[in-house]
Amino acid sequence: MNLELISYAAFFLTVALTYAIMCLGLNVQWGQTGVFNVGIAGFVAIGAYVSALLTTPETAGRIGGFGLPIVVGCVAGALVTSGISFLIGALTIRLRSDYLAIATFGVAVAVQLCALNLQGLTGGPFGIGFIPRPFGEFAGNPLLFSLLNFGVLAVLVLVLYFVLERLARSPWGRVLRAIREDEAAAQALGKNAVKFRLQAFALGGGIMGLAGAVQAHFIGFIAPDNYQPILTFQVWAMLIVGGSGNNRGAILGAVLVWAIWAASAALVAAVFPAGEQARAATLQIVLIGVALCAILLLRPRGILGELRVVSRHLLKLPAAGGPTAEPNSKKAPHARNS
Amino acid sequence: MNPQTLMDGLIAGSMIGLGAVGITLTYSILRFANFAHGDMISWGAYFALAIAGALGAAFSGLLTPIGPFSFGWALPIAALAATVLNGGLALLVDALLFKRLRARNSTVIIMVMASFGAALTLRSLLEFIFTSKPAYYTNALQIALPLGGGIRATPDQMLSLAVSVVIVIAVHLLLSRTAIGRSMRAVSENVQLSGLVGIRVRRVIRIVWVLGAVLAAIAGVFAGVLVQIRPEMGLDLLLPLFAAAILGGIGSVPGAMFGGLIIGVSEALAVGVVGAQWRAAVSFVILIVVLLVRPQGLFGRAE
Repeated sequence: MNLELISYAAFFLTVALTYAIMCLGLNVQWGQTGVFNVGIAGFVAIGAYVSALLTTPETAGRIGGFGLPIVVGCVAGALVTSGISFLIGALTIRLRSDYLAIATFGVAVAVQLCALNLQGLTGGPFGIGFIPRPFGEFAGNPLLFSLLNFGVLAVLVLVLYFVLERLARSPWGRVLRAIREDEAAAQALGKNAVKFRLQAFALGGGIMGLAGAVQAHFIGFIAPDNYQPILTFQVWAMLIVGGSGNNRGAILGAVLVWAIWAASAALVAAVFPAGEQARAATLQIVLIGVALCAILLLRPRGILGELRVVSRHLLKLPAAGGPTAEPNSKKAPHARNS
Repeated sequence: MNPQTLMDGLIAGSMIGLGAVGITLTYSILRFANFAHGDMISWGAYFALAIAGALGAAFSGLLTPIGPFSFGWALPIAALAATVLNGGLALLVDALLFKRLRARNSTVIIMVMASFGAALTLRSLLEFIFTSKPAYYTNALQIALPLGGGIRATPDQMLSLAVSVVIVIAVHLLLSRTAIGRSMRAVSENVQLSGLVGIRVRRVIRIVWVLGAVLAAIAGVFAGVLVQIRPEMGLDLLLPLFAAAILGGIGSVPGAMFGGLIIGVSEALAVGVVGAQWRAAVSFVILIVVLLVRPQGLFGRAE
């Protein structure tokens, strides 16, 4: 009984952590740079499909199936997604901020179409199966298998977290924040806003692609239906709940929202008769939608807000205050102090 | 080009154009890309469906088809009521959500995100109430009439084209010839200055929401008459709507209709070449080309 519980907890956390990676990617784009992405599902799908194509065994009637190692697939998925993000960003990032939103929405629609219709490449509506899973040889022992998977993801999320924290505190990350808060001032200091935004957008897109690839290898099966707009919506809800601009918030939000999602799904399954469940499941989405709007209205910072001071140099100055100082004010203090 | 393809494209395009006129108005005056507009179209269609159903059940005489059309008087009456209800729904969403965000001087992108949340909520509510099963206003079959030159169209399709043209002209005149239209254009130019010269900005914003919702309801009813009614109908229209509005130039009403017609015809042509399953990609390609070549659109001004 206890073993089952641990096994389930590990499984639950593994899924939640795959969302945490997407959330970290979105945090680079939105939280740190203020670039909007409404096509998360599309970018995640690109990573998943690229990795699946590279790592699956050869299949009759489908291009791809190179049987490459999982790590190669994941890295390639991240790189390809990053490249596509770069192209879309290069096209729209100079224009009005919501043109990028519309363009990313278009990417999600186009990726969905390609996944459905390029049957020779993506397997069409039935998707791709038999995607190799890490530690597949231990699949006979569910407890060990789920713990190992969880371990891999936990390490991956931790590494990403530390790298992204480091980046956020680096000069590069501070320029991003400066551009987000006051583009004119940042440009007056000689920072090329378009270039920095584009870099952040491509980096965030790459992380989303990585998340898609990792999720594909964890589940072992992908289909176009996994990448509906609802996925985009969930990831947004996670970041907003956790606190945009804060990497720890991104991870916390992912686990929390996924827990609410799983619990409400269980509730729907328990309360409604089998025939009504598909219908009642739409209420879950209503719930998350209302929650997202409510948080935007009531607590726009999320649970863990953004740290006001990220530069460790400023922490040495007595006047600047510690990391627990005032919540996210509109002006970044380092812009004034430096 | 096969004239029939052109006709089919124009009919589909007039529907897209109607929706795009609503998008371009809300976009230029409220100053954000409203992702919930597609779902306002679905709500309009379902409002009309529910009312037409109730009317038909109460007075079966209203179901007798009018002249050559496939629907009875129940539908036009229901469509009228749906425009009113949809306007009310838009005001409700504004009061609950966007008004408060405006009061807080939220950035454009926060408004876009809130509209995205509102869109999913509205769509899922529809799916909960009406289920995802497709619905129809009528089961009557229509024979396409020959129009000469080898072109055929059903009376419903011709009505849709005619109504779209009339509505575009009406909205254009409203914006260019009336006092409220001038106020709207002033607010779209500069909110603070319009307030200073005595324009009641809040009232203008409410009117724009209602106008956008009324246009959405009409587009939804025609989409329902010509195709079918589904909770995702608005979501599927959203990308063509944005592409049409940007192609025409944000803020230009004739531009939005023109953009819609171009997208409708391009889709009809593309379907003949690459197959119907790629229809939705046409808008994406057009959107990317416009952003690349002429981001201000055909009739828009450079920023």
